[in-house]
Amino acid sequence: MPGSDYISTHINEIRAGFPILQTKVYDKPLVYFDNAATSQKPQVVIDALVNYYTTLNSNVHRGVHFLSQQATTAFEDVREKIRRFINARHRHEIIYTRGCTESINLVAGTWGRANIRTGDEILITTFEHHSNLVPWQMLCEEKGARLIVCPLLPDGSLDMDALERLMGPRTRLLSVTHISNSLGTINPVHEITRLAHQKGIVVLIDGAQALSHETVDVQEIGCDFYAFSAHKVYGPMGIGGLYGREELLNAMPPYQGGGEMIKRVTFEKTFYNELPFKFEAGTPNVGDVIAFGAALDYVSDLGIEAIARRENYLLNYATEALKKDRHIRIVGEAPRKASLISFNIDQIHSFDAGTIIDRFGIAVRTGTHCTQPLMDSLGLSGTIRASFAFYNTIEEIDRLIEAIGKVEELFL
Amino acid sequence: MNIEETTSSIVSEFDNFDDWMDKYNYLIELGKSLPLIDDKYKVESNLIEGCQSRVWLHAEFDGHLIHFTADSDAVITKGIANLLIRTYSEHTPQEILDSSTEFLNEIGLTQHLSPTRSNGLLSMIKQIKMYALAFKTKQAME
Repeated sequence: MPGSDYISTHINEIRAGFPILQTKVYDKPLVYFDNAATSQKPQVVIDALVNYYTTLNSNVHRGVHFLSQQATTAFEDVREKIRRFINARHRHEIIYTRGCTESINLVAGTWGRANIRTGDEILITTFEHHSNLVPWQMLCEEKGARLIVCPLLPDGSLDMDALERLMGPRTRLLSVTHISNSLGTINPVHEITRLAHQKGIVVLIDGAQALSHETVDVQEIGCDFYAFSAHKVYGPMGIGGLYGREELLNAMPPYQGGGEMIKRVTFEKTFYNELPFKFEAGTPNVGDVIAFGAALDYVSDLGIEAIARRENYLLNYATEALKKDRHIRIVGEAPRKASLISFNIDQIHSFDAGTIIDRFGIAVRTGTHCTQPLMDSLGLSGTIRASFAFYNTIEEIDRLIEAIGKVEELFL
Repeated sequence: MNIEETTSSIVSEFDNFDDWMDKYNYLIELGKSLPLIDDKYKVESNLIEGCQSRVWLHAEFDGHLIHFTADSDAVITKGIANLLIRTYSEHTPQEILDSSTEFLNEIGLTQHLSPTRSNGLLSMIKQIKMYALAFKTKQAME
């Protein structure tokens, strides 16, 4: 593993490895600050996907021929890679899904349907992305259960006292984000899980934003489910996973029915397959799984700690620069944050600001970031969000500050 | 001025500016000068769906012409609304239904005057045309 300054001293070389960073938009070099929405991909990941279709493509698990064996091995090797990456106990506790949203829907649709009854409570927080809110809402409506929402503190961190109080005798599940995509707050998931387990509450963690920023150790956290997406951690879109503790996964009914998830089929009755295949119906997205594996290798080689250090450096630089502008109000200042900043410019609608910032070739995200209830709770119509990855630079941040200056000239 | 004359005017006004910043500046000026909508019309039922900012569109029909007023909490959206109102207000339902929106492509701000979800342009135009159709139908029934 490289030394702590490796990324900074090799930044040009690293950036050269991400082809899209060489793009121009409106004739200006792209400044990509929308990493929380999706990350850019290193050439090795793109190559892995292309290489799969060029040399390896075959359906998995069923074939006796050479290619299908190779593809199956590669496919299952990535499952083991993911197991190691998040330190799950068993590889069969890793279920491939289309992404974090599907993972959460899987739990709601199977564990949820089988275990939630009328009058039960599902506890979430004000942070939650719609993907970790709507599935639970739908489940509660179906079952006559109640959705309870834990509030935040003014600095954008979770109100842990309120969380404890809201864990009641009818609370069956707590579903909480590891890192808030709108505010950047990193939640104390280990402590949260401990509190919930004391009361016999099952815990799901939405890890969409976390895999790229933190070391995730699901055994250490102790959670029952952990959902994640490849495209947030330098992998392709369309693939992600669900970690679930073996005991729970075994007890859950299947999600989608079809090929692969069965052991034996007759018209009268079908016997379901064992883990993980029970939850992987149909032909899987083999190519993207392999590309996901290449992304995890890339991240492991660079080292999550080195990545986190670089990102913190960028976050601090940007935060200091934004604080100097008296027209800017930063939204979300929790003591522990991932490398994203939400902010607003006095009296300027985030849509107006984002429109102009875009013309400078700078990609930020504006609006509610799929967290409308959070924005409502803050009395905001939206924010401008700049989210950094290790391949961003302080020169790029300087360009953002300059663009903000122009925005202020134009509107104020 | 008929609708076509208005849209030609708009296109030449934007042609005066080469620089994108100047075009946006002009659009922002137009936004700031949008005639104020009566507060009583800034209601839920007048809100246009599909915009990142809030946009209210109010329409009144005097039996012959439709009068539109609009507002938004984002200035660029107000500028866009201004252009649409200038084009479509004080015209008959039929004139509005017959008109094309090609002129928006000619202004040179297509990234933001293309019908994406965030700027609500498509939604505003759709709503204007729906009002025209509704008032035309009402007119025919009377």
